[in-house]
Amino acid sequence: MRISRWFAEHWVLGVALLVLGYLVLPIAVVAALSFNRPSNRLSYDFNEFTLDNWRDPCASSEMCDAVLRSVQIGFLATVAATVLGTLMAFALARHRFRGRSGLNVLIFLPMATPELVMGTSLLALFVSGGVPLGFWTIVVAHVMFCVSFVVVTVKARLTGMDRRLEEAAMDLYAGEWQTFRRITLPLVLPGIGAAALLAFSLSFDDFIVTNFNSGTTVTFPMYVWGAAQRGIPPQVNVIGTAMFGVALLLVLATSLARPARAGGQRPPVP
Amino acid sequence: MSPRSEAGRPASPPAARSGRYRLLPYLLLLPGAAWLFLFFVVPLVQLAAASLYDPTGSLSTGYALTWAFGNYPTALQAYWPQFGRSFLYAGIALVLALLMGYPLAYAIAQKAGRWKNLLLVCVIAPMFTSFLVRTLAWKTILSDNGALVGLLRDVHLLGPDGRLLATPVAVVLGLTYNFLPFLVLPLYASLERLDRRLLEASSDLYASPLTTFRRVTLPLSMPGLIAGTLLFFIPATGDYINAELLGTPNEYMIGNVIDSAFLVRLDYPQGATLSFLLMSAILAVVFGYLRRTGTEEIL
Repeated sequence: MRISRWFAEHWVLGVALLVLGYLVLPIAVVAALSFNRPSNRLSYDFNEFTLDNWRDPCASSEMCDAVLRSVQIGFLATVAATVLGTLMAFALARHRFRGRSGLNVLIFLPMATPELVMGTSLLALFVSGGVPLGFWTIVVAHVMFCVSFVVVTVKARLTGMDRRLEEAAMDLYAGEWQTFRRITLPLVLPGIGAAALLAFSLSFDDFIVTNFNSGTTVTFPMYVWGAAQRGIPPQVNVIGTAMFGVALLLVLATSLARPARAGGQRPPVP
Repeated sequence: MSPRSEAGRPASPPAARSGRYRLLPYLLLLPGAAWLFLFFVVPLVQLAAASLYDPTGSLSTGYALTWAFGNYPTALQAYWPQFGRSFLYAGIALVLALLMGYPLAYAIAQKAGRWKNLLLVCVIAPMFTSFLVRTLAWKTILSDNGALVGLLRDVHLLGPDGRLLATPVAVVLGLTYNFLPFLVLPLYASLERLDRRLLEASSDLYASPLTTFRRVTLPLSMPGLIAGTLLFFIPATGDYINAELLGTPNEYMIGNVIDSAFLVRLDYPQGATLSFLLMSAILAVVFGYLRRTGTEEIL
């Protein structure tokens, strides 16, 4: 009896752990394969332990060029999308204006449209306009699909903010610009930072939209796609593992920094 | 422009300031909205136009807009198996993802206690590494020489020559894996807000665990369930990376066809037609689903 009772209480946790295993297993495999010396170019099986891939991650200079290009594109797209999206978030959270619901649809739609449709439609536009495909068409496309995510993230932060802090600043004779710079901006900054990180990861990892608008420019996902047919160098897994490590560190850093910030957010004691 | 007052001006309510700021929201919105209009709305119009181009044109000779509505039945006739497969695979993957994702989201929201944040990080962990690299990892896991296939052969779930890689099973497993976090996160957000006292009240009133789930938990988690289902289904239907890397041409989905129409065969009218068909089909499924679940306000 007791066993069945225990089972009834805990089976959900058991299932959850199995599913988490399913989610985490491929990451473990990527990490393991980064230490693999494959038996031949087309083999995906673990063959022999080696540190060579980590010692020389740029053995294929083509791959490292692609990583660098992805970082450049990600950086440019992130800056542009974060600026455009943050401005829009401020307008939506702080102002009443005509055409608001139409604008909400315009922001929502790119997030609900299959990437395939966005990629092919941009390609149709660029081709009919005679725009040469390459680095800049990728940046333009990435800014487009990142903006909506920035708007949503920053807007959530703005609407969750305590307006009384700004009112207090104004009561204490701070001008509007001063209030914005000293109160509003510092409070919204974590939201903007999170939005920028999200935009960068979306841009860096994008394959489908990029595939249609890259011409001959090769980003990291494009490189992996092409290499999947010719044989994947094991260094791809080094990059995959390193990406995972960096992202994990960022998440840990932000979650450690949060308690300190939460203190500053509390409404002032009267 | 009226002269700006000095910093000593006391704070006034937004209503009183609105006169001076009437234009500000439009200025803030203009760059972003213009970008979305130019590179999201205009391209969709261009895609619709391209789907009605004269199919005999080519990139070198140029295309003429002849309102060739015949492109649609032609494309559908040629590629209905891939179309059907896209919705079939995404549908099966969705069912699997719901069976896995619901208990996971529930456990994290209600049972994990202080491990909650760690488990959440595990859910988003797959997104920390490249989509393509982690999909390729499935090639290793499902490999003919791998432990999983060996085990399944030993217990006779697979024949001695049975494989997982290059089968529909691999493609569906890949789709489920790749989009599962998008289903779990909104579901978790809904379940986290669930008031434990409602569950206790339900069982105090002699409801069985199953009835409590059906009458209390499930209805209260509906917003997250709907959002998660859409966030899973839309990208899964349009995906072709899993079919390409884990399947064979026999498992190709409509995305593979569109990719080759635009990038290999350079048949733009057909590619555009198929893209537009895909979007309409997804929209039809989404709206049908929203209507049935009775939550139009989510849009």
